[in-house]
Amino acid sequence: MPLIDLANPSRFLTLAGRILPWLVAVTTLVLAVGLYQSVIAPDDYQQGATVKIMFIHVPNAWLSMFVWGVMSIAALGTLVWRHPLADVAAKTAAPIGAAFTFLALLTGSLWGRPMWGTYWEWDARLTSVLILFLMYLGLMALWRAVEDPSRAARAAAVLTLVGSVNIPIIKFSVDWWNTLHQPASVVRMGGSTLDRAFLIPLVVMAIGFTLLFLTLHIAAMRNEILRRRVRTLQMLQASKSVA
Amino acid sequence: MTALAAVIRRDMRVALRVGGGALIGVLFFLTVVVLMPFAVGPDLALLKKLGPAILWLGALLASLLTLDRLFTADHDDGSLDLIVMGRTPLELVCAAKALAHWLAVGLPLVAATPVLGLLLNLDAVATGAVALTLLAGTPALTFTGMVGAALAVVLRRGGLLLSVLVLPLSIPVLIFGVAASNAAISGPSPFGTPFSILCALSLSSLVIGPFAAAASLRHGLD
Repeated sequence: MPLIDLANPSRFLTLAGRILPWLVAVTTLVLAVGLYQSVIAPDDYQQGATVKIMFIHVPNAWLSMFVWGVMSIAALGTLVWRHPLADVAAKTAAPIGAAFTFLALLTGSLWGRPMWGTYWEWDARLTSVLILFLMYLGLMALWRAVEDPSRAARAAAVLTLVGSVNIPIIKFSVDWWNTLHQPASVVRMGGSTLDRAFLIPLVVMAIGFTLLFLTLHIAAMRNEILRRRVRTLQMLQASKSVA
Repeated sequence: MTALAAVIRRDMRVALRVGGGALIGVLFFLTVVVLMPFAVGPDLALLKKLGPAILWLGALLASLLTLDRLFTADHDDGSLDLIVMGRTPLELVCAAKALAHWLAVGLPLVAATPVLGLLLNLDAVATGAVALTLLAGTPALTFTGMVGAALAVVLRRGGLLLSVLVLPLSIPVLIFGVAASNAAISGPSPFGTPFSILCALSLSSLVIGPFAAAASLRHGLD
């Protein structure tokens, strides 16, 4: 089905209603398998059981960037094609992306406590994820600042695209800043290539979390469409009762 | 071309006259710098060390907080609608307006740096380095901030929202501005690398800023 057919919200609602139960089932299955594999994965010889935080942390970090990518595509949809569902997709993706980013920060901080001896380190990766989180919150503030949804959508679309140009620049400058200030003081996981015993659960978990995002996003889009309908009906009702 | 020159001349005149508030930016800059010793203590050695960072933060906040004037006044008196509907490309007009804003607000900040450097116990080389990096970096602040200013006028909300949106985008400029100043003052890393990146940031914001601002004005005003 071409994307243009989905421009009709009613058609999208029917399709979402049909897909969602299956999506929920598949997500639950993949996440269950991933979690089971994560639990039975061997402990790291250096980090012990804390290495298992990775199976939650890395998918969240990956999604924190993936969701901004989804929002950028939706922003293009808003500005270029005026796709009516693109607004809805962009708006509903922002809080979900912010939640994933927050979880990436939280699990990273919990992982950092036993590994680095501190909850927070001004490490380049942590810092750039924190900035990404701030940008998500700014975007959500922008969505909440305007009452008219289509107006807010266009403003947010511009900001999302400017952000997607700037995020790599910010990432690069933060990397540069960190190596300047404290060269190689942080013990990092990277460097060594991952063993298969860790890689397979990690990939399964990454797929599971991506499916989780899809499920949450479609459900949130459905809710947003319904919310807008309710609002339109309420406005109609109000204008009728005045007249 | 004459239209753009007219826009620049008009904006500068409006900014410098009564009610324009261009020089309030410098006053704000001065106030922020004067507040710093009260926060960190009157330790001259420490102030000397923090000097470039304090000056950069002050300039960043000063140029950011004056930005909401970029489009609001024109929006209030209706001339922004004329500009949007006019024949001159909106992107170019946005660039001209930002340039005028930088000439009226950014350049005085650079000019004030030597005086403020004295207050922070910076020597001539350090003051020169900070002034030079500010000269290269403040255009980036103005041109990135312009996007926020355009959004703010579209949304009819300024103030804190604008700051929250623009501040994360200005992090690279802050990083490379302070890094270049520190490299010139204490070394050991070369001054050229961060300074060239700072210039590159300014140049790229010169391209991205007007387009993004024009897009949000064109899509947002109705």
